[in-house]
Amino acid sequence: MATVQSGLYQEAKEELISGSEAVGIACALADVDVITAYPIRPYDTVMQYVSRLKADGAFDCDFIVAESEHSQFEIVKHASAVGARTFSGSSGVGWFYAFEAITVTAGLRMPVVAMVGNRALDDPGAFGVEHNDAMAVRDLGWHLYWVATAQEALDMALMAWRVAEDPRVLLPFALSCDGSFLTHSQAIVQVPSQDQVKKFLPPYTRGELQLHPNNPITIAPQVNEDWLMEIRRQTDEAMRRTSAVIIEAYDEFKEIFGRGDPSPFIEEYMCEDAEIILVGMGTLAMPTRVAVRRMREAGKKVGFLRIKFFRPFATEEIQNALRGAKGVAVIDRDYSYGSPQYGGVLFHELRSALYPLEERPLMLNFIAGLGGREVKVTDVNDMVDTTQKAIDTGKIEQTTTWVSVRE
Amino acid sequence: MATRAVEVVYRGIFQRTLARNIVRNIVFAARKDGKIGTAFGRYSDSPERNGIPAKQFAIVADTALELEESLAVYEATAVDVTINVDDTLCKGLESWAWYGLQPINELTKPGGTLIVTSRQDADSLIEDIHQKDTAYDLAIIPSTVSFSGLWVYKDDHTDMRVLGALCKVCPELVSLEAMLETIQEQTGSDTKVASLQRAHDRTATRPVEPGEGNSETPFSFDMPGWKTMEEGLVIRAIGEGGGFRGGETGYTPTRNETFKKWSTRSMRPVINFDTCIKCTLCWLQCPDTCFDVTPDGLYDANMEACCGCGVCESVCPVPDCVTMVGEPEFNDNNSQWDAWTADKDGYKKWMTVLVEKQKSETRTHGFHHVGGYAEEINTTEEA
Repeated sequence: MATVQSGLYQEAKEELISGSEAVGIACALADVDVITAYPIRPYDTVMQYVSRLKADGAFDCDFIVAESEHSQFEIVKHASAVGARTFSGSSGVGWFYAFEAITVTAGLRMPVVAMVGNRALDDPGAFGVEHNDAMAVRDLGWHLYWVATAQEALDMALMAWRVAEDPRVLLPFALSCDGSFLTHSQAIVQVPSQDQVKKFLPPYTRGELQLHPNNPITIAPQVNEDWLMEIRRQTDEAMRRTSAVIIEAYDEFKEIFGRGDPSPFIEEYMCEDAEIILVGMGTLAMPTRVAVRRMREAGKKVGFLRIKFFRPFATEEIQNALRGAKGVAVIDRDYSYGSPQYGGVLFHELRSALYPLEERPLMLNFIAGLGGREVKVTDVNDMVDTTQKAIDTGKIEQTTTWVSVRE
Repeated sequence: MATRAVEVVYRGIFQRTLARNIVRNIVFAARKDGKIGTAFGRYSDSPERNGIPAKQFAIVADTALELEESLAVYEATAVDVTINVDDTLCKGLESWAWYGLQPINELTKPGGTLIVTSRQDADSLIEDIHQKDTAYDLAIIPSTVSFSGLWVYKDDHTDMRVLGALCKVCPELVSLEAMLETIQEQTGSDTKVASLQRAHDRTATRPVEPGEGNSETPFSFDMPGWKTMEEGLVIRAIGEGGGFRGGETGYTPTRNETFKKWSTRSMRPVINFDTCIKCTLCWLQCPDTCFDVTPDGLYDANMEACCGCGVCESVCPVPDCVTMVGEPEFNDNNSQWDAWTADKDGYKKWMTVLVEKQKSETRTHGFHHVGGYAEEINTTEEA
């Protein structure tokens, strides 16, 4: 397919870039073949960077500005079927508009990689981050990963193609990047060299599944109830296989690029011996880690667990990280109306994951930062105080708390 | 162990690239000093609108761990240096997405510095700047405002001069040596390096005492809570308006008391009431309904509502009846019609001076058309 023209990134170098720019550079480094775009904030920044990189000759690709998000995702799905490495993305209601195409992408086993620039769903058309948009693919067979830094955005984009395109997996990958804090803030990022990336990321080959005149096949014929459960079970099996592939790829990633956390699925921050563990995703990590550090300095045993992969959900690792805690405070930047505890999606998933434990910690849910409202260090302190109170009294007065909402 | 922050306050679109150059070079230079930094724009200002006040930030820390507290925020809570690249913003700024007027020095820390590019002197600027109860320093870079468009950049070294001044007033943030090296590397231009060095050497500060400055209370807005807000995202219409200032004749529309937008203005219309033919065009075409109809059938531009777009000037069929004049000439939002009614001769003298002065001023609303920059350069060179 496409070939690298000039190689702006022959050498590894340090750049001052936003998370969106980092994902754009990852597209160039991965030599993506087909990229589709349709503007919506905050995702649109990535299309600006990709088109600039293409115009500057950093790489070659078919860059298609579609007439809607729906077409955007239809195009990459089809391109993926013929063996093209693909990238697309959207935000908020734009992502929802593409949902017909998004749902079939996983079932057809197309390893499309998409960036979701997290944005509150409309109305009222706010631009700020909320996780409900990306969360909507959690039941569809997509990988779903929450990024915390621009560096991680670049690194995990590379991981995304590697894992999604693995013949054992062939499932799409959604890279969730918090609107503004990631998509629009510039940080120092180590950009790897083209050679390093080449070593890590093999070409995408669909083998017998590739739609090609030399390989006459039909994809997605109409089927009814006598076929469907088997198809679902296949997708399920691929998702079950992906965890091992992720671990394998991440180990190799760390070896080639020389960075990475102990686990690809979660980040444990001062969790060892912690009595209270806060749990959250994405850039919530920044104020939370600062708060945890300060509380530790003051002698309080607190920790922070960042969930990186929401799908696949690393149940066992998460159980092990939380099993010793007396209280778990889950921060959700999303909400599920009418849910069992009138709480967030992450909270309910965690409650479910911890149910088999013999000694379960007390679990509280904090709804915070919806629509991009800043989560402050003081907010995190309050969450810990509330959780401590529940531990001391042995009683949860209120399971779900809305943080800094005006009454 | 320290974290230091700088904000650049600028006019959306017209000065976007200028602000970006400033904050990015701060982070690059700090890197050379062995520090780590981040640069970001206030998200709610984006997508930027022409001329509407916007902010970008550079935050620098000794370690990545310290920097973390300044990540995942929209706006720093306090800054060591505020850089204002359009002196008309000294009157305060209202974002298009936020409510209330923010004084230019609101985030400036006690003992911090406010750097302004301006042709005005310190006393004249301080008259506009809201008082603070802590002392800070003011540094002026003598300069005409640097405006350009979204796709063009007026490379007039304003960024270099600002960075030079910054290294002088806050060497703890970034050293002059690191900045000189950065600019040499980034631009390869000896003249830019010279501009930087010269601005550094010439910059002097003037202390501003607590309580010195504009005593006006900036307008603000109390956000409703979920229990007090109307359900279903419903907003009630504002009332219809009525006679001029509540009287029987003329007309004053009802206006939003808490979203005024006048800080978008870098120029304002000055009306010659003597030559007005009452054709109604300014009143009809104004996109902000800023004209009040006076009892004598004239049109008085309300300066609490005018955002300075200049449509009235361009639609007015009478030569020099409406003239856009640079905002630094004004210290209040008072009615021109009141001034004219009180003293017609005095008003005429005041107006004539302003209009004549405007003809020799270079402040513009940016570039109205392709090629505007080239035209401006040619005019400057001829002059």
